[in-house]
Amino acid sequence: MEAVKLRLVSTGLLFSLMLILNGGCAKDGDVTTVRFWVMGAEGEVVEQLIPIFEEEYPHIRVRIQKIPWTAAHEKLLTAYASNSTPDICQLGNTWIPEFEMLNALEALDSRVDESTIIDADDFFEGVWQTNIIDDRLYGIPWYVDTRVLFYRKDIFEKAGFSKPPETWQELYELSQNIKSLAGDTERYAILLPTNEWTPPVIFGLQAGSNLLRDSGTFGDFSSEEFREAFGYYAQYFYEGLAPVGVTQVTNIYQGITEGFFTMYITGPWNVGEFRRRLPGHMQDKWATAPLPGPDENYPGVSIAGGASLVVFNESDKKDEAWKLIEFFSRPEIQLKFNQLSGNLPPRLSTWEISDLKDDPHIRAFYQQLDHVVPLPQVPEWEQIAMKIQQYAEIVSMRRMTVAEALAALDDEVDRILDKRRWILSRSD
Amino acid sequence: MIDRMISFIKKIRAKFTSTSSTGYSKRAPYLFLTPALFMITVFFFFPVVAALFMSFTDFDIYGLSDIGFVRFIGLSNYADLLNDPLFWTALKNTFYFVLVGGPLSIAVSLGAALLINSRLVRFKSFFRLMYFVPVVATLVSVAVVWRYIYHPRFGLLNFALDKIGIEPIDWLGDPVWAMPAIILLAVWKNFGFNMIIFIAGLQNIPEELYEAARIDGANAVSQFKSITLPMLAPTMLFVGIITMIGYFQLFAEPYVMTQGGPVNSTLSIVLYMYQEGFRWWNMGYSASLAFVLFLIIFIGTLIQLRVQKRGYEG
Repeated sequence: MEAVKLRLVSTGLLFSLMLILNGGCAKDGDVTTVRFWVMGAEGEVVEQLIPIFEEEYPHIRVRIQKIPWTAAHEKLLTAYASNSTPDICQLGNTWIPEFEMLNALEALDSRVDESTIIDADDFFEGVWQTNIIDDRLYGIPWYVDTRVLFYRKDIFEKAGFSKPPETWQELYELSQNIKSLAGDTERYAILLPTNEWTPPVIFGLQAGSNLLRDSGTFGDFSSEEFREAFGYYAQYFYEGLAPVGVTQVTNIYQGITEGFFTMYITGPWNVGEFRRRLPGHMQDKWATAPLPGPDENYPGVSIAGGASLVVFNESDKKDEAWKLIEFFSRPEIQLKFNQLSGNLPPRLSTWEISDLKDDPHIRAFYQQLDHVVPLPQVPEWEQIAMKIQQYAEIVSMRRMTVAEALAALDDEVDRILDKRRWILSRSD
Repeated sequence: MIDRMISFIKKIRAKFTSTSSTGYSKRAPYLFLTPALFMITVFFFFPVVAALFMSFTDFDIYGLSDIGFVRFIGLSNYADLLNDPLFWTALKNTFYFVLVGGPLSIAVSLGAALLINSRLVRFKSFFRLMYFVPVVATLVSVAVVWRYIYHPRFGLLNFALDKIGIEPIDWLGDPVWAMPAIILLAVWKNFGFNMIIFIAGLQNIPEELYEAARIDGANAVSQFKSITLPMLAPTMLFVGIITMIGYFQLFAEPYVMTQGGPVNSTLSIVLYMYQEGFRWWNMGYSASLAFVLFLIIFIGTLIQLRVQKRGYEG
């Protein structure tokens, strides 16, 4: 009896407290606060754009929380487990399948259909696709990311190449020329860091491998396409064209300036870094180019990376969150965002209104973005990517042959996907 | 009547008080222990039991989305462990670290303790402090400095080796040298702690024993073998077990220095457990790893107790 009374009293107290709090809000003219999680460098930049949004929508306030990339995955999963996800969040597009599987994301199809701002046809096709799972759209691209070839023009010319390589064969010949130029000094043609999974995956995608088979339930790494690509990749280590191990180069900017290596496959953020960190006399000596392909079709494909904005299912402010997404999708805002962060805009019309295409270092990305393919859309992708990286490192150090490594990789990936197979078989 | 009352009171007193002469209630100590026991139960025993249960399931990221996706799979996780090449690699690396790093660390601590305890040494507290500083230094900052020391092209260590004509070694990049590099760092970082314990142990050995031995003509080596070591046996047992338990839980050094690489040559059991559990959310599998490690440490401790006690008594 006593306990019941106590509970009644406390409920009453809570209720009146809620009334007071609500009343407090009402006095401010019904302001809704949207919680927005942003990662890494974008967190610093986005704060400068929010005042423009808040001026247009005086009844919406945006509360930004910055999360470092290294902790983002753990943080989001923990938030999901404890029902404290934000209203809107930046999500790397390889993570979308995982959070869609958790049923954490709001489908955005009908909102896009009604929107006068967002037009699917105005986005890079390959990047837009990464947000679609089972024909439903879960994110709007915020910026795009792909990998192209960064290289030293002056060394290319010394090696007898006036333009960047367009095929695997040319890339290989060029690498050998650069290696023989170096003579006895320890120098390499290309940096393929074994703590990055992107180089072997890109070569695999270029060769036409799907990486996974049977709708992402088994590894497909022993397939002819991937074996060819992986063998091609391994050759660079075997023949001393790429440095083995990741400790040789602690500072890539110093490495490329010294000519320790001449080429590096990397992403748009390094355009800014190269401009900032390479010394002045280097600035007219480096360039970017779309990736070579296995055959005559130039350029070869690259990965469709980037980050999207998503709305969480648990949110009770989805309309306001969507307004924020529409705001960030406007070409003029995307352009501002690009100027602040260096991130590449996902909309074609943003490129049209800017002079980005005329930028000699950015142009390669624009060309490459028309030739991108999405990565397998399975929640386990990150885990699989780490395994690919692990076996790439093993092969680069000659601990296993290509065939052995790929068989072992398939085994491990099949085991990682075991749960997925069980769940798919149950839902059938 | 009075007799009966007294015997009744005695009976009651006997029931509620301890038999000892102190006269305190038998319950008092438990009352004092309750808060601590409560905390240990809630924050230690429950999680341990829950983890044990979890190790019999395939709790993972799918289980997080829907508890219906969690299967009770009995000992499958443990069977998978036995077939997992990465587990064996991690186990091998961990044993390498414990069996080489452990004794080395104890030997260095004992050596340092003997030196500092020597009557010939001046500025004892200065040396004691200097040797203890690495123990209190933050591992992350230490690791950053050591990464520079180990750098294959610009590192201090290879510079020194070059002076005496040894080819440069890619310390953290070569699978053969990465673990020795981690061991070197760990020994340097940790020996100060055991050194302090050894110094305390050495100071407990009565000086008369050495005097008597010197009168009998024993030299320094036989004094060390016949007096110092046997008298240090209890300290040695403690240091041995604590060091072994600590070294089996190798995590922070490779986590900061190498992330387990190159080619997993510095992947330890705990690092593997962390990766499986918190990076990939394979909680069931990760929990089974934890219990295997617990079992290994438990057996290791039993062996040490058995062996060292025999040496101590015999």
